[in-house]
Amino acid sequence: MDTTGKRVLLIEDEPNIIEAVSFILSRDGWEVKTHSNGHDAMQTIRDRAPDLIILDVMLPGKSGTDILEEIRADADFAETPVLMLTARGQDKDRDAAERAGANHYMIKPFSNADVLAAVRQLAGP
Amino acid sequence: MVDQFMIGTRIRDRRLQIGQRQSALARHAGISPSYLNLIEHNRRKIGGKTLLKLAEALDVEPSLLSDGADAALVANLRDAAATSGRRDADLDQTEDFAERFPGWAGVLADLHERNQTLERTIETLTDRLSHDPFLADSLHEVISAVTSIRATSSILSDTEPLEPEWQARFHRNINEDSARLAAGAQILVRYLEGAANREAGMTSPQDEMHAFLAARNFHISELEHPDADACNIAHLLQGQDAQALSVPAQHLMHEVLRRYLTDARALPLDAFLARIDELGPRPDHLAQATGADLALVFRRLAALPPSRVGPVGLAICDASGTLVFRKPITGFDMPRLAGACALWPLYQVMAQPTIPLRVRVRQTGRGGDTVLAMAVAATAGPAGFGRPALTRMHMLLLPDPRGETGDVRDLGVSCRICPIHHCAARREPSILAEGF
Repeated sequence: MDTTGKRVLLIEDEPNIIEAVSFILSRDGWEVKTHSNGHDAMQTIRDRAPDLIILDVMLPGKSGTDILEEIRADADFAETPVLMLTARGQDKDRDAAERAGANHYMIKPFSNADVLAAVRQLAGP
Repeated sequence: MVDQFMIGTRIRDRRLQIGQRQSALARHAGISPSYLNLIEHNRRKIGGKTLLKLAEALDVEPSLLSDGADAALVANLRDAAATSGRRDADLDQTEDFAERFPGWAGVLADLHERNQTLERTIETLTDRLSHDPFLADSLHEVISAVTSIRATSSILSDTEPLEPEWQARFHRNINEDSARLAAGAQILVRYLEGAANREAGMTSPQDEMHAFLAARNFHISELEHPDADACNIAHLLQGQDAQALSVPAQHLMHEVLRRYLTDARALPLDAFLARIDELGPRPDHLAQATGADLALVFRRLAALPPSRVGPVGLAICDASGTLVFRKPITGFDMPRLAGACALWPLYQVMAQPTIPLRVRVRQTGRGGDTVLAMAVAATAGPAGFGRPALTRMHMLLLPDPRGETGDVRDLGVSCRICPIHHCAARREPSILAEGF
């Protein structure tokens, strides 16, 4: 699969998860940028204009669900695929993410293969 | 208030219930059968002497005829029927049921109330698990560490070739995250154990007794003097810290101190320490050299000052498996309220009381420390004809000897907070397994 030039923005506050996921995606050819808090995540999204956003639910400053609602309210990113990562696996959490507009929802701890497959499916050509 | 429109019905129901003819009841009450007939069909108001005579003849309290069943009881029964969802419950007959069988109605209402109380408790606890900010933060910390370890270890395992600098970086990350995971798991377990105690709403006499001993590092120097006797025990129990204990805890303390004194007399401190200097803290060698049984050696080792022998843990259970003495050691925790893990060697010696055990054990989720556990069963009281001897199982815990290799038994603290999956000894689900 040709991923050349495809940009993924990973919004996650755990440094070692950032490093691992960035490594996996970079090895697969994705251009990965990262952001580690909820405060100014929307500004970073506007600056980076990613092809796909990986968004953690529990972030310092602002929740991933709130950020997702802002993403969907912005005409430029309303259609940008968003993969949500969360430690909460209850149905109501999944429903909340889907209502907010998540394209895919993964529960921590996830497998690298599943993350890669989801990214390829959501942002592939 | 007298429910005039129902009194007649209640009189009739009661009369039929005890199989009395209308004419007989009328005669007993000193009224005519035709008048009683009008009363029973609620066409005549009654009160005063007539009501008292009818109640006496029917062998019921007058109030049961005038007031009927307790309104709260009836409401409770209706609620019970509605909650059960049974369509075949005759709601129209609720009051009649309460009047005819007040005892059974009371039992049913009490059970319904208790059921509702328990349901509310479950809801509260469930809500607490879902919304407790400390619990949520702790679980988030643990899950984040697990996620990072899983992703990083997968990279190390699956990526070929992996540059040395990446390898070193990911190894360092795993090391950091595993330390974070161990710390997070310990915090979580301590919190959950504390929560269990808070839910119980009080500290048990066992907890008070253990807190008293822990404050002294389980070493009672006053009872170590060669001439210590019962007066020293009495003096200890009159001390400010002992007087602060509840009465049941003071009784427990008395028994514990008596056993301590007996043990100290059997293996005096100075002589015992000299043996340890000579042989090391090896219970089997010490037992052989002193002629004491292993259980006594275990108790004496656990009562020594940590500065002399290092950390020593001890668990003692009775024949029911209940822990009656708990002195934990780093890497090996003991539950305060719930039953302990059935895989502990402590319980294994119940089945083979004449064969002491020595097993290296590791409590899952406790930081990976291996601990040396030695267990033995001991007689705690004499047998009699038709009466078995009381036994107490003892398990001594020491840090794992350096350089020792071989099998290590993985076990837990207590099922409820144990993360081991597919454990044949599990007796209830783990909230950790469910949570993850």
